[in-house]
Amino acid sequence: MTFSFDLLYEAIVFGILLGGFYAAVSIGLSVAFGLLDVPYVAHPAIMVLGAYCTYVLGGYGWDPVLAGLALMPPFFLLGIGIYRFYYETFEKRGTDTGVRGLAFFFGVAFIVEICLVLKFGVDQRLVDASYIGNSLKLGGMRLPLRMLVAFGIALALTAGLTLYLSKTFTGRAIKAVAQDEAALRLMGADPVRIKQWAFGIATAVTALAGAMLIIIGPVEPMTDRIYIGRTFCVVVLAGLGSMTGTLVAGLILGISESIVLTNFGASWAPAVAFGLLLVVLGIRPQGLFGR
Amino acid sequence: MRRRVPRFWIGAAATVVLAAILSLSRINEYFFFAGYAVLQFVVLATAWNILGGYAGYVNFGTAAFFGIGAYTSVFLFTALGAPLLVQIVAAAVVTGLLGFGTGLLTLRLRGIFYSIATVAIIYIAETLMVNWRYVGGATGLQLLRPTVMFPFATYTRMLFFIMAVLAVVAVSIARYIEVSWIGRGLRALRDTEEGAESSGVPTLRLKLLACTVSGALMGVAGAPLPMYLSFLEPASTFSLNYSVVALAAAIIGGTSNWVGPAIGAILLASMQQIVTVTISSEMNVLVVGVMLVVFVVAAPDGVLGLIKKLTRPRATAGGAP
Amino acid sequence: MSAGLLRVEQVSKHFGGFRALSDVSIEIEQGERLGLIGPNGSGKTTLISCISGSLRNDGGSIVFDGEDISALPAYKRTRLGIARSFQIPRPFASMSVLQNLLVPLEYVAHRRLLHIEDTRAEAMQILEGMGLADKADSPSNRLTQVELRKLELARAMAARPRLLISDEAMAGLSSTEVEEVLAILRKLNDAGITIIMIEHIMKAVMGFSQRVICLDAGRIICEGTPEAIVNDPEVQKAYLGA
Repeated sequence: MTFSFDLLYEAIVFGILLGGFYAAVSIGLSVAFGLLDVPYVAHPAIMVLGAYCTYVLGGYGWDPVLAGLALMPPFFLLGIGIYRFYYETFEKRGTDTGVRGLAFFFGVAFIVEICLVLKFGVDQRLVDASYIGNSLKLGGMRLPLRMLVAFGIALALTAGLTLYLSKTFTGRAIKAVAQDEAALRLMGADPVRIKQWAFGIATAVTALAGAMLIIIGPVEPMTDRIYIGRTFCVVVLAGLGSMTGTLVAGLILGISESIVLTNFGASWAPAVAFGLLLVVLGIRPQGLFGR
Repeated sequence: MRRRVPRFWIGAAATVVLAAILSLSRINEYFFFAGYAVLQFVVLATAWNILGGYAGYVNFGTAAFFGIGAYTSVFLFTALGAPLLVQIVAAAVVTGLLGFGTGLLTLRLRGIFYSIATVAIIYIAETLMVNWRYVGGATGLQLLRPTVMFPFATYTRMLFFIMAVLAVVAVSIARYIEVSWIGRGLRALRDTEEGAESSGVPTLRLKLLACTVSGALMGVAGAPLPMYLSFLEPASTFSLNYSVVALAAAIIGGTSNWVGPAIGAILLASMQQIVTVTISSEMNVLVVGVMLVVFVVAAPDGVLGLIKKLTRPRATAGGAP
Repeated sequence: MSAGLLRVEQVSKHFGGFRALSDVSIEIEQGERLGLIGPNGSGKTTLISCISGSLRNDGGSIVFDGEDISALPAYKRTRLGIARSFQIPRPFASMSVLQNLLVPLEYVAHRRLLHIEDTRAEAMQILEGMGLADKADSPSNRLTQVELRKLELARAMAARPRLLISDEAMAGLSSTEVEEVLAILRKLNDAGITIIMIEHIMKAVMGFSQRVICLDAGRIICEGTPEAIVNDPEVQKAYLGA
């Protein structure tokens, strides 16, 4: 196997762009699972749902980025609804929440998948935009514009959410409720409403992530399965609840996958996320920046 | 207590005899084809429940253990012409080790990490099989079934009988675990792990035991699959559907007792056959998903729980809510 | 052998940057009644968690009956004879009261060798001693507070301990209920079991203990007879605020 530095360089740059995207896609899970402790294995399925909604809007001429932004409010409400239901049905009742909560979200993910299959079939779906299909020539490399767009949105999203969590009152309340719910209650804030709000934000962010997903490449109903691996890999590698960690972990995953893709081909790339996840769970389960 | 034990074994023996009689009868071949699938899910659901119901660790990766059991069979058959019994034993060993390894990796962490790790196993297993030419790679492998064994008229009938025996074995193992000190230890650690440890329960060892037994039984369920289909390919073998149905069957039937998964599997798998034939195969998966969610939300103790509620005499008012 | 039953040697424990225990050393004799007091957050529960094995100590060692048990998992320590009750009771909620006792009986005392009928008989005996016999078949998640505390002690007893650690077993109980629990503990001590008692109810601790140790911010600030402790200025400062 001849080793080419040019190829490696290109793989790394592509990996950075991909990694930024993975980080953005995982941020919703970082909040929902990392901070709020909800066993939200349906997160990738909701993201794929967002991707399909973007596709539908694309059929009416909507630009995918705008579609993603437009989907954020309804998905915010969806997130509030999901958390409320989860809280009333599981968290409140206490017993056996682990098994039932997991089984519940697993079932929900599955139902979303099947409904998408019934409505759209198993074929892949794409969207079209001016920046999809074109590349930017930079320093001897051709960087796909769609990757740059996704990367840009990803950075904005991560930065925005990190600032929100540390600078605003509600944001800090969210971080507080993750650390000590009882203390928060004593201060007069209602932890359930805060968690609800946080889950809503996480889901809204996921809608935009879904738009990015379909910008980057074609989407089909089973896409959520590989993303269970990628998002949980990023969230665990980052360390539960760490937003900056999510960005770093996303980059690590993106670069690793890109290198494997270049050297070993597409059939091995999905195993990278899952393999990395298992390694992290075995060696350092608290992740890089775990609290 | 001495009088209750034989009743189960009488029932078990009767089931085996019934299966033998059926498979030697002149019933339509389709009955055995569908019956095999139902019995297969009885084994899968029972195996799932040993870890999921008794210990509280949710395995999403049933498909991985099932598939590796199938591929172990294919490998042994192709390489050594191994008979079915050897395939089954080998599958049990391989998937038992896999269960043990997965447990070792993740059981010190919270339950959800075990669940995610099991999803990872599916992907990794499938990727490995896809890239392994010897067992067919992505396109799969065709198999020539050996000649039919007397006294069975067809190979499928024999597989039906064997799967019935395996189902009885699986249920017996689950029952033994449940009523013995092992089951009590598992329930204790599920209730409060710290409390269990301070009561002398070796929680990690018991969890590993449950993982190993559960994994091994899932592999056993998958071992006859290549013979059943005369064909094996990765995508449909490692399908998440197996994971969902096994989990759903146990929850819908009732996870607290060994009868639950069997009931759930029979109900669900039969329903699947009916829906697939009358409506569509996507629809049947949707029905499974919806039933799972409905039961988890509204009837978490499953069919068994519902029966208990209906047959319990009306309790007098009082007691804390 | 003159060496004590339990020797805690310069044990420390930290969580991230927070030092919960610093250089704690205690020696406990067989049959002793030791009281452990200190303001909230002083490290009492952390200390007994390190002794019972729920937590691993970071520095120092824990020696039980001459054997260093610092690296042993909790269940092995229980089998060696260390039992504890939890501050917030942790019953096996899915089981009946009687079944709760079967677990330690099977895993510690009988090591699964005996027939289930014999373990049931022994469990009933323990329940009778605790005054819980009539609740034997009730689900354990339906008990009153004082019954839950008794169940905690009963479960610890079923493990046939040589050292029993009671963690605030009397918190929130009425004075008659406190007396009930104290009577049980005295009976156990009379039978030869060494007892460490963590309690905030001063009358109970001082009346029960032969020796009292006071912790504050992870360190021992005073050690001695109940009278000496009550009059110690350091202890008073710790409780009334610095």
